[in-house]
Order: sequence, then C-alpha cells, then structure tokens
Amino acid sequence: MLSRVAEAVFWMSRYLERADNVARFIDVNEHLTLDLQGAVAEQWAPLVYTTGDHEPYFQHYGELTRSNVLQFLTFDARNANSILGCVQRARENARAIREIISSEMWEQINRFYLLMRDASRAPACDHVRRIVEDVKLHSHLIQGVLDTTMSHGEAWHFANIGRLVERADKTSRILDVKYYILLPHTRDVGTPLDIVQWSALLKSASALEMYRKSKGRILPAKVAEFLILDRDFPRSMRYCLVHAEESLHEITGTPAGSFGNRAEQQLGRMRAAMDFTSIDDVVQQGLHEFIDRFQTELNAAGEAVHDVFFARPELPLAS
Amino acid sequence: MQFSSYLHNGAYDELFAPDGLPRDRSEPLFQRLQNLTPEELQRHQKAADVALWNMGITFNVYGHEAGVEKVWPFDILPRIVTDSEWGRIERGLQQRIRALNLFIDDIYHDRKICRDGIVPEELVASAKTLRMACAGLEPPQGVWCHVTGTDLVRDRDGEFYVLEDNLRCPSGVSYVLENREVMKRTFPQVFEGLRVTPVEDYPERLLDTLLHTAPRGVDAPTVALLTPGIYNSAYFEHSFLAQQMGIELVEGRDLVVHDGYVHMLTTKGMRRVDVLYRRIDDDFLDPKCFREDSMLGVPGLMDVYRAGRITLANAPGTGVADDKAVYAYVPQIIRYYLGEDAILPNVPTYVCSDPKQCAHVLANLDQLVVKPTNESGGYGILMGPQASSEERARYADVLRANPRNYIAQPMLTLSTVPTIVEDRLEPRHVDLRPFVLYGKDIYVLPGGLTRVALRKGSMIVNSSQGGGSKDTWVLADPNRPRQAEQSQSQSQSSSSPALAGA
Repeated sequence: MLSRVAEAVFWMSRYLERADNVARFIDVNEHLTLDLQGAVAEQWAPLVYTTGDHEPYFQHYGELTRSNVLQFLTFDARNANSILGCVQRARENARAIREIISSEMWEQINRFYLLMRDASRAPACDHVRRIVEDVKLHSHLIQGVLDTTMSHGEAWHFANIGRLVERADKTSRILDVKYYILLPHTRDVGTPLDIVQWSALLKSASALEMYRKSKGRILPAKVAEFLILDRDFPRSMRYCLVHAEESLHEITGTPAGSFGNRAEQQLGRMRAAMDFTSIDDVVQQGLHEFIDRFQTELNAAGEAVHDVFFARPELPLAS
Repeated sequence: MQFSSYLHNGAYDELFAPDGLPRDRSEPLFQRLQNLTPEELQRHQKAADVALWNMGITFNVYGHEAGVEKVWPFDILPRIVTDSEWGRIERGLQQRIRALNLFIDDIYHDRKICRDGIVPEELVASAKTLRMACAGLEPPQGVWCHVTGTDLVRDRDGEFYVLEDNLRCPSGVSYVLENREVMKRTFPQVFEGLRVTPVEDYPERLLDTLLHTAPRGVDAPTVALLTPGIYNSAYFEHSFLAQQMGIELVEGRDLVVHDGYVHMLTTKGMRRVDVLYRRIDDDFLDPKCFREDSMLGVPGLMDVYRAGRITLANAPGTGVADDKAVYAYVPQIIRYYLGEDAILPNVPTYVCSDPKQCAHVLANLDQLVVKPTNESGGYGILMGPQASSEERARYADVLRANPRNYIAQPMLTLSTVPTIVEDRLEPRHVDLRPFVLYGKDIYVLPGGLTRVALRKGSMIVNSSQGGGSKDTWVLADPNRPRQAEQSQSQSQSSSSPALAGA
C-alpha cells in the first residue's frame, strides 16, 4: 500500500486510541471524586499529568479545577490531545484514506466526530458522564467495525500497530504517574494502601476486574506486574508489544524471531526483554526508571516504523 | 400533500404542466406523494440531510477558512426525464464528444479544420487552455477526453440546449451516485417499482474506460486516481471514485518518475502506474513541463506520457475544446468531422474576439449574459438584464480591453423543478450535467447531476454559490427495453468512418 496511506492508517488508529484513553482517565477520576469528598482539588492534578499535557494546561489555565480540567481534556482546541482534537485528527486521517477503509468504518468515525463536535457546544462539566460513555461506546464500535468489515491485511495491521503502540504508552503513563502520586515516599512501599486509590489506578486501564481474576488481592507490586508483564491482558505493556510485533511481521513476511528492518529489530528487542523480565527486576531498577526507559524505546520504535514504511525513500536523481 | 398551491414562475416546469397538473412523466410520482402529509415530506427531507452528514458527503468551500467542509445540499424531490427525451440527449452527447475528440486530435496535429476555414486559427492559438507541449502526441487508443461532463439547460421553450462542455476534470458524478443511495435509504416507498434507470454501474464503466485506454502491451494495467489532496473542493469525489473502483488514490508526493516510468511509493517499495485518472489541472501536472511552482504534480510525468508509457485521463490539452469561444463553433465542428447536424443545439453565442459580434454585444449589454471564456464555478459573469448601468459600464471596459476572453449569450430562463421550502413546494431553477465516458464505446450515464439554485429566483446552480442538487430519474418506458441496454447496442452498432482511424 502507499506509504502515505499506511501512515494515515497508523495515526488514525493512534488518535482513536488516545481519545479513548483520555475518556477513561476522566471516567475514573469522576468516580474517585465522588468517593472522596474534600481535598478534591488535588485529584485533578494526576489527570493532567497522566496525559502528558501539563505544560499547555498551566499555560492556559491557572487553577486546577474540575471544570477547567474537564474542558481542557475534552474539547479545548488549544490542547491538541483533547478528545475532540484527537477525534478530529483521526477523522482527517480517515478522510485522507477513505478509499482504503470500509464505508462503514468511515461513517462510524464521521458520526463519532459529529457527536463530539455537537457535544462541545456545552461546557464539558455539564455532561461529562455522557461524553465519556459516548467515547467508550464509539471506540468499541469502531474497533468492531474495523475488525469485521476490513480484510486483516496490511491496512488492518498498520492500524493495529498504531493502536497498540499508543496503548502501551498510555498504560505506562498511568502506572508511572499514579504510582508516583500514590507512593510519594519510598518508605511507603509495601505498606497497606488506600484500596480505593489502587482500584482507581487499575480502573484507569480498565483492568480491575481482570486483575481480580488473575491476582486476587490488590498489592502494589502485583498491580505493576499485571499492567507491565501480563501475557493475556490486552492493555498490558507486554501484550501490546507482542501483538504489535506480530502485525509488523505479518506486514513484512519476516519470520518470527528474526528481523528484516530496524522497526522489527527495535520492537523485537523490547518484546524479548519483556519476556525475560520479572517484576522483581523492575522494582530493583526502580519502576519510574524502568518506565522511563520503556517510553524512550517505544518512541524509538515508533520512529523506526516511520522511517522504514512511511518516509520517502532516497532515490537516485532522475535525469 | 396537495400540489394545488404550487405556483409557476413562468419558466418551463419539469414536473408540472402550465395548468398546474402533473405532466405525464410525473404522474406516478405524484400519485405516491399525494398520500404523504407535508410533515411527512419534511421528515423524509430531514432524514436525507442526516444521512448525508453521517455518510460524510460534503464538499469544500474555498475563500473562508482553508477547506471548510459543507454538507452536500440535497432536495428529495427528484427531477424526471422521460425515456424519449433521454434517448435524444444520449445520441446528442455521443455525437458531440466524438466530434470534440477528433477536433482536439486535429488541433494538436495538422489543424485541418483551421486551414479549411471552419474555426479561426487565431481563436485556437489564443486559447489559454491550448497546450503546445501536447503537439504531435498520440494518446493511447486515440482517446483525449475520457470523461466529460456537459452542462445542459432547458429553456422556456422546453428545448434542451448545451450550455458548456467540461472536458478537463468535470466533477459531480459521485453526487449522482450518492444522491441515488440517499434516495433509496430515506425514500424507498416512492422509489419502488417506478423503473428508474440505475446509475450504480458507473464506477465499473469508468474503470473499463481507463483500462481500455491503457498503453498498449501492458498485461494487467495498474490504474490510480491523482488528487490534489483533502482540501480540494472535489476531494470527496476523488476518494469516492477511487474506493468504488478499488484503485489507489494518490497525491503528487506519492509518485515518482524512475527509470522512465511513473511509480507509486508503497510500504514495499516502488510500484509502476500505467493509467492515471488525474483530477489535477494541466498547469499543475508536471512542474518540469508546466507551472514550475506546482507542488501537486509529478516532475517528469509529461516525459513518460510522451514516451507512451502512461495514460493520462483526460489527456493534457483537452481544455482547448472547452474554451467558451471554441464552444460557439461546436455545431460547425460536428458538421466538419462527422458530416452530421448537431442533435443538441448550442445556446446562440456571440464571440467577442470577432469585432462585429463584439460591437453587437457592447450595444446590447443590458440584454445579454457575458461570460469569460475560461472560468468555471460561475465566476466573472455579467448578468446584463439584472446588472446596474454602472456595473455594465465597468464590465464593458474590461471586455474592450480583452475581447478574446469573452462570449455573450441571450439570457435563458432555466426550467424549474418543485423543491421543498419549509412546508411547501416552490419552483427552483435547475440545470443538468450528464457524464460521458469515452473508452471502447461512448457511454452516457443515464440521468446525470441535476443542480438546483436553492435561492428563490436565482439561476446560479453552482454548489460554491449556494446551489444544491436533486436525484435525476430517467424513467424507462414500460413498453421499451431499458435505457442501458438500448444505449449499449446503439454505441456498438454505430461506427463512424472518422473514428475508424483513431
């Protein structure tokens, strides 16, 4: 397929995933705020940090208030990663490749965008529940439409890679920011913690129920293990790497366990490292340090995908 | 729904006779509509609007913010054309395109038609759309104008006239197909059983046309559609057609010339392109040949074209035949190449480059419509009878300074079709753009795009200036074979001697 088209599929999928994650973060925070009366202001900071857009936030808004944060994360045009911003860019990418995706896929993304655009006419804090529900529902719908109306060929695999790379990044951010905030001092590691807050962390990744089934009681190291290393949970960092690498090999035809380009090499190395890492190793080198390195490597993998598949090749000058 | 309050405005109405009763052709439609209340009709209209939004059927408007998308305005009351009317339009367009193709070929070769004194050499040489880079070229299979959209209007006398030919990159066919789709989705009960001639096979026919005109000797030609990108006003159409044909939609930056061929840049390296359905004007196609500052085209494309290694549809240079001054000569062009009288008449036209005709135009500006010879979208037109005397005086100065650039025509009264305005029907003026494909045969899509001037009294139908559209129904006569079958057998059996050498 065309390099430009592959790139647009990749980013369409990434932006949809990003919008979905922002909605999930908001959702959990809303629940949390309802549970914890008083000291509400503090609860909005982690949300802004999790998305990584704290700098533009403080540039445009002074105070961390519920209505400010919700507006910033949902509809604010000055925040490129607001839900509306992400959906808009997903749609722009989809529009550029409308002939590649199925009509059903386009129509669903288009409807999603129109819904968010209309919703943005009222302040976010007036109807945040509804917004979050709509975003989650449409994400699921679009994923379903993608899986059932498009051949699982090259375009689908690029969409898969985009989604999984974005998801791995978001899960690592949730873990990093929340862990840091929930454990301000290293001496607190291993002490009984507020179950409500740890549950919230898991909920941010839609992981609470699946965690319970596989790990039982809520313990910080177990939570970290689940979100980083679990083989089967579709939002764990490892799961994302394993399946992104699979899609990459489907595209190139390179046999598993080897590599034919820098993207495969980079993702393969990260995946292999995950396969042979235990949670003790992670704790030993420091969770934050581990995640920091993961994010740097993931960015490099994203760049490698770009260079190998999307960038214009150097050609001999045509005379 | 009662139609007794529908008032004529003096134009020919497509659906109602002057006595206020439906014409024969619209009788079955109105029988069905009679069972609907005005509210129901409005509800169907709303459902169609929502469907258009959800399907993302939009066009872009230039001039304000970059690429503002607007939903395609659509009125659910169709325009009906009878079988016999259509038969004549179809034959007329086939004749016209055949002649124009021969004309273009002649212009880039010997210019016999000029030497024989039929069309002034000066007029051709001064056409802004003449591309001397195409002189001597032999396009694959002899086809220059693969896709044509010819604008027709019906005047007060009930007669169809050709208003203009669009031989470069005519737009609108996607809306013909989508209008039909929306009609079926939202108004199935009026549609059923009326024997509306289908239009859905257009993408297949377009693909056939493109494949047929591929360079000789290519086994399985690769076809791609070249678009200027998502901010182009017709981008929706480009992506729609590429999707429907299952071909790649490419931008200039996706293509390179390498080893004498045009290639697409793909995730697996370069892939050769054999046929390019280009929706970019000549000027922007190849910065090495035409406009140097073009970022939309492909450097070196014209060299590949000249070497016969790629088909460009339409061929560069076809615009010379849609210069509006050349248009005035089409009846003579038809007679010259085909030895036939034009089946579809032109609108009487004054060519201002002719001093006598120019003097007449200047003396009668208050009765004429004056148009630039090389503009589209309804820009730069003087509507003489509606303009103020200052406007006419200003226009006269511009005209005198460059007479070659203008033609003039009498003011026509475009026919009307009932259109939903709030809870009632009002007449709105329409034109018609049928689409013609020239490959192995000449195929005319039954119906075409009916554009509507939505503002009361307005005759400007361009979507960029507040126009909308309607579904166009060619109703098959129950006693005759279907239009599509008929047209096929026609185009296969008629072989003009002039075409044999092409």
